[in-house]
Amino acid sequence: MRIDLEPRATRPLALEIGAPILALAGAILIGGLVVFLLGKSPALAFEVYFINPLLEGWSLQELAVKACPLVMIAVGLSFCYRANLWNIGAEGQFIMGGLLGGWLAIATHDEAFQELIGGWWILPTMLVLGAVGGAIYALVPALLRVWLGASEILTSLMLVYVAELGLDWLVRGPLKDPNGFNFPQSVVFDDIARLPFLAEGERLHAGVPLALLVALLGAFVLARTIFGFEVRLAGEAPRAARFAGFDDSRLTLTVFAISGALAGLAGICEVAGQIGQLTPKISPGYGFTAIIVAFLGRLSPIGILVAALVLALTYIGGEAAQVELSLNNDMTRAFQGVLLMCVLIADTATRYRIRLTFGAAR
Amino acid sequence: MTSELFQLVLMTVVTAATPLILASIGELVTERAGVLNLGVEGMMIMGAAMGFAGAYSSGSTAIGALCGILAGMAMAALFGLLTIGFAINQVAAGLALTIFGTGLSGLLGAGFVGLKRDRSDQLHIPGLSDLPYVGQLVFGEDLFVYVAFGLVAGVAWFLSRSRTGLALRATGDNHQSAHALGLSVRRMRFLATLFGGACAGLAGAYLTLAYTPFWSPGMTAGRGWIALALVVFASWKPWRVVLGALLFGGATVLQLHAQAAAFGLPGQLLSAVPYLATIVALVLLSSGARKNAAAPAALGQAFIAPR
Repeated sequence: MRIDLEPRATRPLALEIGAPILALAGAILIGGLVVFLLGKSPALAFEVYFINPLLEGWSLQELAVKACPLVMIAVGLSFCYRANLWNIGAEGQFIMGGLLGGWLAIATHDEAFQELIGGWWILPTMLVLGAVGGAIYALVPALLRVWLGASEILTSLMLVYVAELGLDWLVRGPLKDPNGFNFPQSVVFDDIARLPFLAEGERLHAGVPLALLVALLGAFVLARTIFGFEVRLAGEAPRAARFAGFDDSRLTLTVFAISGALAGLAGICEVAGQIGQLTPKISPGYGFTAIIVAFLGRLSPIGILVAALVLALTYIGGEAAQVELSLNNDMTRAFQGVLLMCVLIADTATRYRIRLTFGAAR
Repeated sequence: MTSELFQLVLMTVVTAATPLILASIGELVTERAGVLNLGVEGMMIMGAAMGFAGAYSSGSTAIGALCGILAGMAMAALFGLLTIGFAINQVAAGLALTIFGTGLSGLLGAGFVGLKRDRSDQLHIPGLSDLPYVGQLVFGEDLFVYVAFGLVAGVAWFLSRSRTGLALRATGDNHQSAHALGLSVRRMRFLATLFGGACAGLAGAYLTLAYTPFWSPGMTAGRGWIALALVVFASWKPWRVVLGALLFGGATVLQLHAQAAAFGLPGQLLSAVPYLATIVALVLLSSGARKNAAAPAALGQAFIAPR
C-alpha cells in the first residue's frame, strides 16, 4: 500500500472544524474495538465513558473542575507549540507550581501568625508563587536550549521525573504533617488558603472561571497582539521571523515562561482548590493529557476549551469504568494515545489530499 | 577488593547498561535515516509487557524475547505509518506513541502482574567463565548482553562500510538528494524505524526477562527517554553509545549502593541522579559547534515527494 500526500491549495473551513470531530469519532471506534476484544460490551463502555457523566449535576461540575487544569496548561503549551518549541515537561511545572504555592499555605498554617498580620494576602500570593514556580522550572530547559543548544524536549521531560521525586521527598520529609500519623501528606490547608467554592456545597471552585479567563486572554494575545504574531510567525516561517528582526532567544524564553507559569498556576489551583493539601501525587498526568488537549483544540485557546472538556470526560468516565466495567486506568491512557494519533492524522487531512494506492507501486 | 566483589559490581553496571545500549543503538539507526522517534519509551514498555507475557506463557526466554521484538516493531510500524505515511509531526507522534504504549502495556499486561519467572540463563564456558576478575564478566553474562554488543558492532559496520548504510545516511542527511538519486526515501525510513522498534522491544524484554524476574506497569521508568538522550550524547556514533550507556549504568549502580549505604541522603534525591545526569550529559555534549555537525541534517523533517 502506498500513501501519497498532495498539498491542498486552500483549507476548506468545513474540514478545519470537521477534522477534530472525525478524529474523536475514529478514536471512539478504535476504543470500542479494544473494549470488545477485552470481552466487554462496547455499547456499555460508551455509555459509561461518554454519556453517564453528562447526565448528572455533580458529574458536570466535576467535568469543569477536571477541565480547569487542562485548559490552563494547554493554553500555555499552545504558545510553545505554535512557535515550534517543544515543552513536554508541563507535568513537572504543574508539580513545581503546586509545591511552591502549597509551601506558603503550610508555612502560614498558624492561627496566631494569621491573627497577627491577617490572612487575606495568602491565597493571592499562593497563586503568584505557583505561577512563578512553574515559570522558573520551565525556564531551565529554555535557558539550556538558548545558551547551550541542549534539546528542550529531553531536558523538559527529564525534569518531570525530578519534580515528582522532589515532591515525594518533601511530603514524606520536611513538609509532612507532624500530627498526621506519619501519612505522607502535608497539613490540610486553612480555609483562607483554599480557592473559594462558587456556591455553598458545590464542587466548582474559583479556578474554573480563572481557567476561562486564561483561555480568553490567550486567544486575544495569540490573535490580536504583535507578540502573538511573533509566536505564530516563528513557527510557520522561521526565516521570515529572523528577517523581521524578531529575537529567537527572547521568544524561546518568553513562551517557555508563559507555558510554565500557566502550568504552575494550574498546579496551585489543583492543590488549593481540589485537594487542599500536598500529597505525593497531585496530578493524574494532567501535564501529559494537556498535550493532547492542545492538539485536539488545534492549538487555539478557544478550541482548547472544548477539547479540555472532552479529555476531562475521559478521566471521569475512566473512574466510572473502573467501578462498573473493571476496566483500569490504562484503558483511559491508551484511549488518549489513540485519540492524539487520530487528531494528528486528521490534521494532515486538512493540509494534504491523501491518496491511497493499493497493490503494486506506481 | 576481592575478585568476586569486583566482578559483581562491574556486572551490575553491564546489566544496567544493556537495555540502554539496545534501545539507543536502534534509535541511532532510526535517527541516522532522518526519523526522530520519541516513542522509544512506549515501544520499550510494550516490549517489556509482551516479552514477559510470551516467556511466561511459553516457558521460553527466546520466545519471550521474540514477542518483545515483535511488539516493539508493531509499535514502530504504527509510528512509521503516522510520520512517514501521513507526514505527521514526529515530536507529537512520538508522544502519542508513548502515551498509547504506556496504556496498552498496562491493559495487556494486567493479567501478568505479580507473577514471577526465572531469569534468563547466563553463558557458561567451562574454564573461561571461572577465570578470576574477568571470567564471569566477559564469559558469563546473560545472552542479551552479547546480542547488544553484537548489534553495536553490526550497526557500526553497516553504517560506515556497507552500501545500504551509505544510502541510509544519505536519506537522513538530505532526503531531496537521496530521492533525486533514485533511493526510496520513505521505504528506507520505514525500515530504519522498524529496526529501532525491534531494538527498543528487545530492550524492554530484557527488563522483564533478565533484569528483573517480573513485570510491573510503568517499569521502564524513563529508560526510553534516557536512551534518546544517549543518542545525542553519542553524537550519533555507535560505539559511543556503549560508552554512554556504561557511564549511565555506573551512575545507576552508584545510586543503588549509595542507597544501601544510606549516607543520610534522601532516597528520592539519589533516584533523581540518572535524570539529572541525562540533563548534564545533554548540556555538556550539545554545547559548541559539534552538535550541529553530528546530527543528521534532515532529522525530524517529513519527506513529501516533489512532483
